[in-house]
Amino acid sequence: MTDPNIPVTEDELHAYVDNELPAERRGDVEAWLAAHPDDAARVQSWRAMAEALHARYDQVLDETVPKRLEIERLVRQPRRWVYGAIAATLVAFIAGGGAGWIARGAAAMPSTFQSFTVDALDAHRLYVVEVRHPVEVPGSERDHLQQWLTKRCGWDVRAPELAGLKLVGGRLLPGPSGPASFLMYESTSGERFTVYTAKAETEATQMRYSVHGSDGALFWADRGVAYVVSGGSDRTRLTQVAQGVYDQMEKSGG
Amino acid sequence: MTAFRQSVEAMIPALRRYARALTRDADIADDLVQDTLVRALRSERLFLGGDVRSWLYTILTNLNKNRRRSLARRPTLMPLLDNNADASGTEAEGRDIARALSTLVEEQRSVLLLVMLEGLSYREVADIQGVPIGTVMSRLARARAHVRASLDGERPALRRVK
Repeated sequence: MTDPNIPVTEDELHAYVDNELPAERRGDVEAWLAAHPDDAARVQSWRAMAEALHARYDQVLDETVPKRLEIERLVRQPRRWVYGAIAATLVAFIAGGGAGWIARGAAAMPSTFQSFTVDALDAHRLYVVEVRHPVEVPGSERDHLQQWLTKRCGWDVRAPELAGLKLVGGRLLPGPSGPASFLMYESTSGERFTVYTAKAETEATQMRYSVHGSDGALFWADRGVAYVVSGGSDRTRLTQVAQGVYDQMEKSGG
Repeated sequence: MTAFRQSVEAMIPALRRYARALTRDADIADDLVQDTLVRALRSERLFLGGDVRSWLYTILTNLNKNRRRSLARRPTLMPLLDNNADASGTEAEGRDIARALSTLVEEQRSVLLLVMLEGLSYREVADIQGVPIGTVMSRLARARAHVRASLDGERPALRRVK
């Protein structure tokens, strides 16, 4: 079926090593390798590479599986929020260990952090106290609001569903570098949170916490968009809300 | 336990191995496996037969892509993770291969590990990554060339310093 005189290609050498080569061509490749020491050396190096990988990582197979990965346990528990730098940060906040973390992440982008957070908190303070006109588009027109803000801002603006909070609505604001979207949420007890998003200069940053008087804000950037979730000074509560926002952004993006 | 759950459970050691090599950090790796399992179990009713193994590798590969996307791309993170991974390995050979892996771009590392460590076919890897087989083969070829150069390059480079 095949002609031993047809030169063996690079792809065939890989397929040969990975047992993906049609059986009838294997003999041709072996003959070729006998006559071409350079190719034979490469094939040999790939085999050694596979052995090195197994030598390094097969030990994982013999380890006891950690309890947190047991199926019975996972079936019983609801999904936990387990990974990602931002997720880990929120856990640190919930545990109250945020200070050390902030010190660690403080090196990157203080100016971006400052300007976004200040803008977002200003907007938060300005509109949160507004009784009759807190937003331009009410939460009852969610689809329209999302379409409008997405169109004006240039990234996908979604109003996340947040547990225990109702979407009051949103508005368009001037941001540090172009338009910003501003969404407001309210609990049954009248507690208000806002989610401010604007175009970020950085692809992604870790999360920062900031307090100004009686208002608190959590800032992070992800995929070139900066998020600031603002609310009261109750850090645990703010963190829960930010977690909800982050979780849904992550899902919609993935 | 249902047959579905049993087949998921049987895959845990292999998923941990793949995740460990992919992330080079034992904790991050187990976080990824945990999230993979949770998603798989949550979708139990949506799973209409087929290959559980490929499906789990697909979820894990995608979750890792998301994880990396949401991390700040700070190159200083790399050596830190390498040190972590290396701490558990004793063989010089193992250290070399882990370091060589860390220099690959994500798609190439994933292809290399799925084929060479996990023993998946080109077809399965193409489905996992959502690309044609030709793309899998070119990624594999580039990954192997890169790792080989990285393994070969280290020792002579040390000599040249003198």
